[in-house]
Amino acid sequence: MLDIKNLHARIADGREILKGITLSIGPGATHAIMGPNGSGKSTLAGVLAGKPGYEVTQGEVLYNGRDLLAMPADERAREGVFLAFQYPVEIPGVNNMYFLRAALNATRKQRGEPDLDAGQFLKAVRAKLKLLEIGEDLLQRGVNVGFSGGEKKRNEIFQMAMLEPKLAILDETDSGLDIDALQTVAKGINALHSLDRAVLMITHYQRLLDFVVPDQVHVLANGRIVKSGGKELALELEKTGYAGVGDAA
Amino acid sequence: MSSDTAAISNLGALRDSYKYGFVTDIESDTAPPGLNEDTVRFISAKKGEPQWLLDWRLDAYRRWQKMENPDWAKLRIAPIDYQAATYYSAPKLASGPKSLDEVDPALLQTYEKLGIPLHERAALAGVAVDAVFDSVSVATTFKKTLGDLGIIFCSFGEAVREHPDLVRKYLGSVVPQGDNFFAALNSAVFSDGSFVYVPKGLRCPMELSTYFRINAAKTGQFERTLIICDKDSYVSYLEGCTAPQRDENQLHAAVVELVALEGAQIKYSTVQNWYPGDTDGKGGIYNFVTKRGACRGARAKISWTQVETGSAITWKYPSCILEGDDSVGEFYSVAITNNMQQADTGTKMIHLGKNTRSTIISKGISAGRGQNTYRGLVRIQPKAQNARNYTQCDSLLIGDRCGAHTVPYIETRNPTARVEHEATTSKISDDQMFYCQSRGLSREDSLSLIVNGFCKAVLKELPMEFAVEAQKLLAVSLEGSVG
Repeated sequence: MLDIKNLHARIADGREILKGITLSIGPGATHAIMGPNGSGKSTLAGVLAGKPGYEVTQGEVLYNGRDLLAMPADERAREGVFLAFQYPVEIPGVNNMYFLRAALNATRKQRGEPDLDAGQFLKAVRAKLKLLEIGEDLLQRGVNVGFSGGEKKRNEIFQMAMLEPKLAILDETDSGLDIDALQTVAKGINALHSLDRAVLMITHYQRLLDFVVPDQVHVLANGRIVKSGGKELALELEKTGYAGVGDAA
Repeated sequence: MSSDTAAISNLGALRDSYKYGFVTDIESDTAPPGLNEDTVRFISAKKGEPQWLLDWRLDAYRRWQKMENPDWAKLRIAPIDYQAATYYSAPKLASGPKSLDEVDPALLQTYEKLGIPLHERAALAGVAVDAVFDSVSVATTFKKTLGDLGIIFCSFGEAVREHPDLVRKYLGSVVPQGDNFFAALNSAVFSDGSFVYVPKGLRCPMELSTYFRINAAKTGQFERTLIICDKDSYVSYLEGCTAPQRDENQLHAAVVELVALEGAQIKYSTVQNWYPGDTDGKGGIYNFVTKRGACRGARAKISWTQVETGSAITWKYPSCILEGDDSVGEFYSVAITNNMQQADTGTKMIHLGKNTRSTIISKGISAGRGQNTYRGLVRIQPKAQNARNYTQCDSLLIGDRCGAHTVPYIETRNPTARVEHEATTSKISDDQMFYCQSRGLSREDSLSLIVNGFCKAVLKELPMEFAVEAQKLLAVSLEGSVG
């Protein structure tokens, strides 16, 4: 589903952040990318989702066989790539529900499906709200405006649950969550699991992985994947820290 | 890829997107170009006006001659040759049709094309329309329905003929002939406009609206609107405007006067979409308008809501004179300047009575090389005990070649007054754009969503049908402003 080959990327000041990443994720798989601060985790998420400000200098990314990097960000989203933001952005004056409906209908249009009418939409919304233990009042507020840290993260997963992406990239979704919220968010991620979807979780800590169990764990250090393994690798990192694997880079 | 750095890379879209730029081919009765006392007499004679009104016009003309173009606004205005313009142009046969059936089909088609069907059966339910084409009103819908209730809604010319006492009593009572350069010019040469009178205690059951259309070339439009709400009455009035695409600038200098007596409420909404000129600033309407309302009795209320997206230059300050105790003034404004457009707009809230309150919410959006200035005055006079004002001015910048300016004047002559002013300036952030796009929305849709959110506090003041139009218009006006 996602094939990253020798991906190099730099930021505006010319510094190279990704220095040759190769990674393949098949349908139905859940991968975790772990690594210390500054290792390039969020850059990878940004490059995959099409965030401005990065320049890919080498390598390629294929998404279901298509050149992902050639697509604008909005097209990637409509084709099923979803990024859960580490820091969700506030859009004052835009009702959260309205925003979600616009997003959902944009995606449906791409798939050749008709717009959801208000009734169908509301029904779908209610089911997902319950799953993520979100109050309906959150929908009537401006997008992320005045949300607590936990509410913002839940709202990201709620959007994901509504948009039903093929490839979900979760950028530090666990940061800033207490244990209850973490479990709820994990429930949302697990509910999305299916054989035709893939999940890429980016995290600093292994605790999310207690609830969303990855098939593979990759350690990112200094812009490269320095070690890959099963879920036990995450536990190992928890004990030894990143210092040990960092040396391998 | 960044919306800031690469903004304005694709500005061609706007010219094509002005869908009202067509010209109606119709025979017109036009005054020779130029302006002198004979022009004023010509217009007055065309309208068959009484002597007092001609004298009033001539008085205005003489005042105007002694006045100078105002230069205090933050606007760059190419010199206007007042002798080159035409001051009267009316479609032939259209003067005072008795019914809609007598209106020239070409005119009906024009309004149809503008989305304003004039046949009552096809008209928007609950909206009565006065259609002003160049210098004259060509049709007014639902006149009889309203007339049965005692509400007068007609062209200005008809009001002069049928209701001279009302016109004579209130004309110039809010905006005197010599008020300012453009108001004086209007007072001398105004050709038509709308007149509304709502009798005591009556709530006008439908929205009243005037649709202004400039069609003829090299012609100015100088309309005059007068709305009087008698004690404890209410009216909601809408105004829309478009003009063909032409390479030369055309002058639109209107005057609007509102009078709200004790306990009356007037809600005046404008969606201004005059031709803005092309992307290089060629052509477009000069929109130099004086709008003012007077709350003449206790508990009167006047609300101005404007969405200003068109015109090459906008110079406009809809204001409220709060004479009555406990009277209320409101001003809600969205002004967009894209490409080479300039706007200097705002309001004046003059507090005279006790416990008078005013609210000002202004949202300025600048894109391209647009320059957008909010200019506002809040004046609390000595007798205005416990007057209150709240002002909020927000500016949004798209790209790095546009400008936003805020010029608030606050004059308080009463120690019990409370005046609050808040102002913010922000840029549409790449983060906001990316967030929307990462949810599948196109760049244009993302921008439109963010801008509509920014303007929400104003848009929610518009009547429903207008709010939808205004939202679309915001999106169209900003087309091409992100690369």
